[in-house]
Amino acid sequence: MYLSSYEERILKGEYGYAKQKAMEILVALGDLYGAEKLIPISSAQIAGVSYTSIGDEGLEWLESLMDGQVEVLSTLNPAGMDLDRWRDMGIPIDYASKQIRIIEAYSRLGALPVCTCTPYLSGNLPTYGCHIAWAESSAVVFANSVLKAKTNREGGPSALAAAIVGRTPLYGLHLDENRISNVSIRIEIDLTDTWEYSVLGFWIGRTLKMDDVPFIEGLKTYDTDRFKAIGASMASISSMSIFNADVLGDSRPESCEKLSFDRSILMDTIETLPDTSMDKGCVDIVCLGCPHLSLWELKVIANLLRGRRVRKDVNLWLFTSRAVYSVAEKCGIVSEIESVGGKVYRDACPALAPLSSIGYKVMVTDSLKMWFYGRHLAGLETIFSPTIDCIYVASR
Amino acid sequence: MRIKCRRLVGGYAEGYSLVSPEPISFFGGVDPSTGLVIDRLNPIRGESISGRILVFPGGKGSTVGSYILYRLAKHGLAPKAMICLEADPVVAVGAVLAGIPLLDKPEYYIFKTGMYLRVYGDEGLVEIVS
Repeated sequence: MYLSSYEERILKGEYGYAKQKAMEILVALGDLYGAEKLIPISSAQIAGVSYTSIGDEGLEWLESLMDGQVEVLSTLNPAGMDLDRWRDMGIPIDYASKQIRIIEAYSRLGALPVCTCTPYLSGNLPTYGCHIAWAESSAVVFANSVLKAKTNREGGPSALAAAIVGRTPLYGLHLDENRISNVSIRIEIDLTDTWEYSVLGFWIGRTLKMDDVPFIEGLKTYDTDRFKAIGASMASISSMSIFNADVLGDSRPESCEKLSFDRSILMDTIETLPDTSMDKGCVDIVCLGCPHLSLWELKVIANLLRGRRVRKDVNLWLFTSRAVYSVAEKCGIVSEIESVGGKVYRDACPALAPLSSIGYKVMVTDSLKMWFYGRHLAGLETIFSPTIDCIYVASR
Repeated sequence: MRIKCRRLVGGYAEGYSLVSPEPISFFGGVDPSTGLVIDRLNPIRGESISGRILVFPGGKGSTVGSYILYRLAKHGLAPKAMICLEADPVVAVGAVLAGIPLLDKPEYYIFKTGMYLRVYGDEGLVEIVS
């Protein structure tokens, strides 16, 4: 990969250890993928934030970078807990202290401690066509597909390296030729609830090959939350990182493979998921907010809870970003939810929180991404169900 | 014999090789406190990667694997160098964090466990000494 003289000097260590290490990461990845050069980025979204995912080794690595500073707007992925209300979540103190050290390390590097999987709803909103280096697979799909910013699906260290250098190798989805659809999917059903969009994304991720770029045709929505749901489940089960759609202003590819998504595929996809039937007796936690809830989603949940109370034997946990929380609090939505026994947590991802060690066993969620990672990462039994059913299991 | 490779992370190392026939997930596949391979599905399970020139088809699995390589290096348990058939980002980033030479795409993939190798990371060359 070609390096400018400034980049060469970074690599030699003239700008300190952190920048040098960051540049070594970018060069190794650039060479790996055959990138021609580095390009400037306008923002970063950094993964590798929860103590569950990076552990002591990740924390040690972060703390070794203390002479560095990020060059661009950088936000963080969710942590394993609400950074203020972790006691309320039942998080053990030794876990919490490690988690707080991780956030402090990122803060010293200049990243904003906005821990969320929806940076685009929380102060990190890239514009059309700009290059960014984002981790968090659901946000990567949203940025590439809905916002039309350009990012590969970065890992934790590579997103951090790009943030510290302010550049990323030019390959993959930074190149327009890799963003063109080769498969079209005609939607032949009126999708209503957000959870059905989650199923659509899951089916796309499971059906297509990893380097396919789908073109979704016939969606009857312009709703941010629904695009968020499609991308999250698509990326949880595959490495696909972009879709195009007629409603997003993309033009139909001229010749390509054609698939369709109808009611029978929707039902078949749901039926192939284990444990979607609910035995209300054994559910101990209902988690909504994967990806983090938008203001409107919180409002809808507050409306659904009107006249009901959360059951004593079930926890209803809602997850959102600090930014959205602040607005929801001002609008009275948070107090409406908490006054009937629900909890609104910030900063956290329940799939990364130590839920099974706290003692939870069976989680219900309306997100296929949470369903997937709750089983594989958090070690819980997970049940996938429409939002309204989730609320009705948790309350009466 | 000298074999040309693609240079990914520079540096020099020499030592005895350990060849894994299977791709390695450092997260869950290698014990970070001992350097022993613990992946049940890998025939080299129980072998130590510490201080060896680790030769393997490539990485697989969680990106946390990069941090595992870093931790192994901090405790003096990392391989001296790594040679892959085709490296993946987890291994490439891990090699940078750990500061160990990494080459891939060797012209000839003829390595066997127990060979004495010299790895010239900066030049992208591996020498089979014996």
